[in-house]
Amino acid sequence: MDIKAYIASGILELYVAGQLSEKENQEVYELMQQHPEIKQEVLEIEAAVIKLTAAASPKTVGFNIIKDQLGDSDAKVVDLKPKKRGWIAYTGWAASILLAVGLLWTLNNKSQVEEELQSVSIEKQYLEIQIEDARDNLAATKNLLDAIRDKNIIAVPLGGQGDYAASYAKVYWNKADNTIYLDGEGLPNAPEGKVWQVWSLTLNPLTPTSLGTIDDFNTDDNKIFAIANANESQAFGITLEPEGGSESPTMEQLYTLGVVASAP
Amino acid sequence: MADIDSLVKRFQNKDQVAFETLYQMYSASMHGVIYNIVKDPDISQELMQDVFIKAWQKAESYSPQKGRFFTWLINIARNAAIDKTRSKAYRQSRQNLDADNFVDIISSHDNLDSSTDAIGIKKFVTNLGQKCKDVIELLYFKGFTQKEASEELNMPIGTIKTRNRNCIQQLRDMVL
Repeated sequence: MDIKAYIASGILELYVAGQLSEKENQEVYELMQQHPEIKQEVLEIEAAVIKLTAAASPKTVGFNIIKDQLGDSDAKVVDLKPKKRGWIAYTGWAASILLAVGLLWTLNNKSQVEEELQSVSIEKQYLEIQIEDARDNLAATKNLLDAIRDKNIIAVPLGGQGDYAASYAKVYWNKADNTIYLDGEGLPNAPEGKVWQVWSLTLNPLTPTSLGTIDDFNTDDNKIFAIANANESQAFGITLEPEGGSESPTMEQLYTLGVVASAP
Repeated sequence: MADIDSLVKRFQNKDQVAFETLYQMYSASMHGVIYNIVKDPDISQELMQDVFIKAWQKAESYSPQKGRFFTWLINIARNAAIDKTRSKAYRQSRQNLDADNFVDIISSHDNLDSSTDAIGIKKFVTNLGQKCKDVIELLYFKGFTQKEASEELNMPIGTIKTRNRNCIQQLRDMVL
C-alpha cells in the first residue's frame, strides 16, 4: 500500500472531521495501528484543528464548574439493616427487572436498526458521488473526442529528438478557434523543479514563440491539454525547462518536435 | 503529552482525573465550535458544560474503532449547538443572527492571550483564502458532509477533499 498517496488523498482530514462511513473509520483505525506515520499524521491534523477551534472560544472555563454535576460514581454504598421482605416485594422486584430487561432489549434493537439505516444511507451517498464522478468523466471525454474529431483539426505528430528518441507527443490544432490539444501521453513526468514548455515555431527564420508551460502535467489523468494558439505555427516543439518556464527554448532539452504538414 | 488513547480508556472507566485532563485538552475547542454556531457567550458556555457531562454519562458508548475521541466529542457539541438554535426560546431571543464565521470571531478576539498559538492562528486566518475559510467552516465547525459542502459551495466533491487537505496543511505549518 502506498502510504504517502493515502495520506496525500485527504482522507485523514475527513476522518478527523467525522465525515467517513463506519467502515472507512474502521479501516483508518486499523491502518493507524499498523503504520505509525498514518497515526502521526492523524494526531497532527487533530492537534491543528483543536487549536483552530479553540481559538474561536470566547474564554476558557475551569473543570470545577461541572465536577459536581458528574454524579459521584464511586460513592460508598451505605449498608441497610436487612429487613424481612415478603414474597410480594420479591415478585414486584422480579417483575420490574423483567420489564427493565425487556425495555433495554427493545431500545438496543432500535438503536441497532437506526445504525444500520445510517450506514446504508451513507453508502448510498457515496455511490451517488461515484456515479456523479463517472458522469463528469464521461462528459469530459466526449467533449475531448468531439474536439479532436472536428473537421478543422490538423494533426501534427511530434517525434522524439536526440537523446529522447523514445518520447513522442501529438498536437491537434483547430485553426478555427485557435486552440491546440496537446496529447502528452508519450512524455515522462516532469522531474522536480522542471516543467514542460510548449513552443510554436516558424521555420524561416526559425522563431520560437512560447505557448506556455504545463504546470499540472504530472497530476493530469489523461495528459491532454487544451492550449490557446493564435500563431501561424509551422511546427511545434516541447522542451523541459526550469519551473516558471524560459524566454526561449533550451535546445538540449528539446524532447519532441513536429512540423505542420499543410503549413501555410 | 499524555497518550490520548490511554486517557480515553481511563475516562471510560470513570476515572475523573483522566476526564479532567481530557476536559483541559478539548473544552476550549468545543466551546469554540459551539460559540461559532450559537454566537452567544453564556449559552455556549452552558452548552459546552452539558456536552462534557453528557460525554461522561455516555462514556461507554464511545469506541475507538468508530473514530477519534475528539471527533466523537465534536459531534456531540455540534448537535447540542444546532439543537439549541432550533429551540423556540433561542430563536425568539435572537431575531437576526449575525453571519459571522470562525474567521470573523477569531480576528475580533483581542489578544488577551498573546501566546504563540494565538498569534499563529490569527495570522493563519488573516491569510486564509476565501475557499479555505468556507471549507473549514463547513467541514469542521458546522459538521457538513462532503456532499453537502460540495453543494453549498458549488464545488466538485473531489475538490473539497483535496482543498481541505491543503487548507489544513497550511494551518499545521502555522501552528504546529
